[in-house]
Amino acid sequence: MFAERVRRAGEPPLSPGTLPAPSLTPGQGLWLLAAAAVTLAPHTAYFPPWLSGLCTLLLGWRAWLSWQRQPPPHRLLLLALTLASAVGVRYAFGHFFGKDPGVALLALLLCLKLLEIRRARDIRSAVLLCFFMQLAIFFEDQSLPVAALAVCGTWLAIVALLALADPNAGHRAQLRTGALLLGHGMPFMLMLFLLFPRVQGPLWGLPADAASARSGLSDTMSPGSISDLGESPEIAFRAEFTGPLPEPAARYWRGPVLTQFDGRTWRTSSSPESATPSYTPAGRRFDYRMTLEPHNQRWLLALDFPGPAAAALRFSSANQALLPRALQSRSRFELSAWPDTPTGLHESTVVLAAALTLPDGYNPRSRELAARLTAGGGSDAAVLERVIAHLRGSDLTYTLRPPLLGRHSVDEFLFDVRRGFCEHFASAFTVLMRAAGVPARVVAGYQGGEVNPIDGNLVVRQSDAHAWTEVWLAGRGWVRVDPTALAAPQRIAAGLAAALPEGEALPLMMRQDLGWLRDLRHRWDALSNAWNQRVLGYNPDRQRELLARLGFARTDWTMLVGLLSGITVALLGALLAWASWQRRARDPLERNWQAFCSRMARAGHPRAPWEGPMDYGLRLAAALPQQADALLEITTTYARLRYGAARERADIRALKRQMDELELR
Amino acid sequence: MAFAPLSLAKSQVEALRTSVRHALERWLFRVGRPDPAPIRLHQRRIYVLPTTAGFGLAAALLAMLIASINYSLGLGFALTFLIAGVAVASIVHAFRNLVGLSVRPGRCPPVFCGGDARFVFLITNPRRSRRAALRLRAHGRHTDFDLDAADIATVELACPTSRRGPLAVGRTILETCWPLGLIRAWSVFVPDLGCIVYPQPEAEPPPLPVAASTSGGGRREHGEGDDDFSGLRPHRDSDSPRHVAWKAVARGGPMLTKQYAGLGGGDALLDWAELPPALDDEARLSRLTAWILAAERAGRRYALRLPGTDIAAAQGEVHQHRCLQALALHRLAGPAQDVR
Repeated sequence: MFAERVRRAGEPPLSPGTLPAPSLTPGQGLWLLAAAAVTLAPHTAYFPPWLSGLCTLLLGWRAWLSWQRQPPPHRLLLLALTLASAVGVRYAFGHFFGKDPGVALLALLLCLKLLEIRRARDIRSAVLLCFFMQLAIFFEDQSLPVAALAVCGTWLAIVALLALADPNAGHRAQLRTGALLLGHGMPFMLMLFLLFPRVQGPLWGLPADAASARSGLSDTMSPGSISDLGESPEIAFRAEFTGPLPEPAARYWRGPVLTQFDGRTWRTSSSPESATPSYTPAGRRFDYRMTLEPHNQRWLLALDFPGPAAAALRFSSANQALLPRALQSRSRFELSAWPDTPTGLHESTVVLAAALTLPDGYNPRSRELAARLTAGGGSDAAVLERVIAHLRGSDLTYTLRPPLLGRHSVDEFLFDVRRGFCEHFASAFTVLMRAAGVPARVVAGYQGGEVNPIDGNLVVRQSDAHAWTEVWLAGRGWVRVDPTALAAPQRIAAGLAAALPEGEALPLMMRQDLGWLRDLRHRWDALSNAWNQRVLGYNPDRQRELLARLGFARTDWTMLVGLLSGITVALLGALLAWASWQRRARDPLERNWQAFCSRMARAGHPRAPWEGPMDYGLRLAAALPQQADALLEITTTYARLRYGAARERADIRALKRQMDELELR
Repeated sequence: MAFAPLSLAKSQVEALRTSVRHALERWLFRVGRPDPAPIRLHQRRIYVLPTTAGFGLAAALLAMLIASINYSLGLGFALTFLIAGVAVASIVHAFRNLVGLSVRPGRCPPVFCGGDARFVFLITNPRRSRRAALRLRAHGRHTDFDLDAADIATVELACPTSRRGPLAVGRTILETCWPLGLIRAWSVFVPDLGCIVYPQPEAEPPPLPVAASTSGGGRREHGEGDDDFSGLRPHRDSDSPRHVAWKAVARGGPMLTKQYAGLGGGDALLDWAELPPALDDEARLSRLTAWILAAERAGRRYALRLPGTDIAAAQGEVHQHRCLQALALHRLAGPAQDVR
């Protein structure tokens, strides 16, 4: 039934040139403000504090202005603010060109744009800035909660556009329409996400700061550098073993091999690379899939000792698996490990000579100790046994918070403070071995890992960072010796938390007594892992795999574009069908009357739009005198049913019958 | 003199351009003769194209896509594609906002040239959902309106007039940029709706001329002034109720109108030929228009004599319209506007 009503739609508008700017309603500004707040919220974790504070202040100002119904601030004031922000960004970041200053500038522009909103175009630009900022947060964090927040931000931005187009709709209706649009956009997103031809980035050289602020091992080691990582629960990588897991004592994930020692800091030395490892894999074999978080380094952190793999890997003479380029994004590798492989059986003399070098003028007491331990003569293996025995007897304590050490770091650790973390143990042991004339080097990496009971993956965190020693023995090659195990055997068998002495404060997540918290974390880790693997890890290779599974063996651009077009047409067709499906007012009486009128129109007597049923009936009766009675009956009945008080289904059926029985001649 | 061929060429080019545009529209939008009412906006009548804002978003999305590729941002792809998907879906939503509407031309009362012709349309929304942010556009003017669910709205479009004569509303556009302002959906139609534009009345016309046939004024006239009662005559619809002889009606007699004789009145003869020769056609029409209005205000009978047209003396709304229409259509130069 139509609610007929007359509307005088507005005074004649002025000519377009003189149109006054339509003042924006508070609702329009409100949605935009909410969108900007949701968009900028996750950024505050990565912005310098002054920038977060400034953004909050500007958004608060905007909110206050809306609340007080005040006009936007003066243009000159905004211009001054913009210039000041640009100067601030330049001062804080040192340059303009780069990812971080760019994002900071965009954030400030968004806040300032909100303050100067006067016209529809301003809202549109602010919405575009919101979209850019939602993308920019993904440089830092692509986790599930951030993704959810980005979807909320997109929703609010879309509602802001809706409010701009249709300020008369209610808030709930706008939110609903926005959600409907998002829902209709989802299938397109899925299709494009899966099938859009993926290109492995980068397209050009990334700015220097593209992968800044990555935590993880560095290619140097000095006292304190690994214990800094010890408290970080951040995930370094995950490993999914196809068969059984290696025992904890075999879980050594190799990072940089540190040969050069300057008395305080250990450094890597360059070693030749080749396409195949210098050793022949032997013994037990473990196959696993490693999902490595980006660490901006070339080493792969493969489990000792990696064999040839499908991926294009390089192998250094120090038994490392290396990537062609520094790792900038989370990546997946299919790897295998042979932990019992002998390595370095025919090591070059250059390498061995480098593994014996000690700087003069450092750690005299340690050198003296080494001299004492070698005094009895014997093979390198016998010397090794004696050094181990000595260390085991020297009452060293394993601690996450070692005291600061001075110039003779090894001496102070061994003889004075006797407290240290793995890097102290490895450093001291290697220095002792070199002083005793046995080639030795430090290997940094990760040791251990925690099995997530939810998905069975081995999760290795930054807190599992470790350093150990490799000693070269004639006939046996490089032999791994983990001096930390001498003082804290639990570190190797059960991890950091078990190895630390009673009473040492642990990060919350590592506490053994909070079982439910650990369980929660396991679940969350499993979910994040699935997210990382399925969503974030979707790259050209995964795309090829998916298409192969769908039955498209040969994948090229034309095929993908064809597939995309086909699905797009199908999706648009479905949407069009939805759009054309009109939910008409389902009134049987009205439907019958419409059918009757169109039948009469076909017979040459259309009803005029302004003509009521009674007038129409009279006109029809005059035009068709033979059916006059029937026609008058029909039209009067319709008028009675349509405008009368009561209406029965039977009456409508009777009317329908009358209409059907009417014969036109 | 040297300019004459140039201006001729210019007008020819203009005419050519107009005819090409019309041909293109007829072919592209099937705009031709007036559409029979009601004009139902079905699928094939609705066109969609991106707006400037839509192209702006497309450029922004391209930038976001390149950033996602360059930095290998999985979620960057997802966000870009989601927004792109929403933009594509908004095409269908814009289309849906128009499809199924029906437009019926209403009326348009006559208007004096220079005033606004108020075209009235009846627009029906048969669907049980609201239609937002609609815009009706013709002659460079527009009216914005919304339609509630299952609603009929009367939408008035005020268009400026610059020439006398018949004015058809012509090519009319119903458009919407809902929902996101990225896509414009529109439909073009020619409703069967027009109005008469009367000539613009002269601002300060000289007093009404006295009928030439009854020279020697000053005597009592059988005119229809309202100074003195002079008799009764049968009632006409256009007569003022103040002049109805209600006493006669109360006695059960027929409706009669009291007649008064004005002093110095008499039938005014508004004659084209009597006007000063210095006046051009349009100025003459303006003066005649002003006189008709003045005579109507004074309640005097008037006759109109134009070359080729002669309208006998009478008075009242119908007569006034007849006279003004004759003026409006008199010797129309060139083709009528916007009648295709």
